[in-house]
Amino acid sequence: MDKVRALIVDDSSVMRKIVERSLRQAGLDLAEVREAGNGAEALGALKDSGVDLILCDINMPVMDGIEFLRQLQGQEHAKGVPVVMITTEGSESHVVQALSLGARGYIRKPFTPEQVKEHVIPLLEKKQ
Amino acid sequence: MSSASPRATSSPNAFQKWQPLLELAAREVFEIMLSCKLDSGGQPGTSPGELTAMVGLAGQLCGLVTLRCTTKSAASMASRMLGTEIQPGDKQMFDAIGEVTNMVAGNFKNKLTGIADKCMLSVPTVVSGSDYRCRSMADTDPLRATVIFEGAPVTIAVEIHS
Repeated sequence: MDKVRALIVDDSSVMRKIVERSLRQAGLDLAEVREAGNGAEALGALKDSGVDLILCDINMPVMDGIEFLRQLQGQEHAKGVPVVMITTEGSESHVVQALSLGARGYIRKPFTPEQVKEHVIPLLEKKQ
Repeated sequence: MSSASPRATSSPNAFQKWQPLLELAAREVFEIMLSCKLDSGGQPGTSPGELTAMVGLAGQLCGLVTLRCTTKSAASMASRMLGTEIQPGDKQMFDAIGEVTNMVAGNFKNKLTGIADKCMLSVPTVVSGSDYRCRSMADTDPLRATVIFEGAPVTIAVEIHS
């Protein structure tokens, strides 16, 4: 698999580091990891160039993950980029809403590195 | 994970029956995210501790989830989560205890049949200091689970507006 550029969106810097570690444990060769503390920052991080994968929390200040998914739909650099939600919000309505807005996967916190691998690797293989 | 867990009904009188689910939710978070088994045997009541992390519940279930522990315990939680030594008082210590509380609250909520869809979580807040009492507007006795993390008590509580 080619080197992967990932964007990790979570208001917790600790959680961003855990997600990054989980991606590396999943065997991904990360060429670049961008971090954002909320949806608005994430949109800014995609302004000039795209990524291969986005992992995004839902409950965040300023712009939550659901609104981020809505606004991502109009972004040129985000076309075809798989988004996986990683969140404590585990209700069916959140899952349905996120998937209907284009999310390709949904992982509930707490999560294991194996769960990240199971969700992310098939998406990247399909993309390539 | 939640599908394998015991579930509760959403009856207002069932609040105290949710106590085992609260403890289970905490145990799962510590085991999965911190690679650490919590011990039982904590004394009932609120453990002494200088840090309290809070996550609000809003919707059909309104209230507050709190986690109280010592600064040393919080720093150890952060160290376990990040796999590197975090000193007491480090910014990441506050972030970590807030995130642990957020996951316990979400995991607990997701175990309550019929509640998860109608209840939202706030982002976490962490209060530093021990000489205070937090009074939410809860109208029931709080659910409380005191567990032992690395030899020190950690109290997780849920105060609910019925």
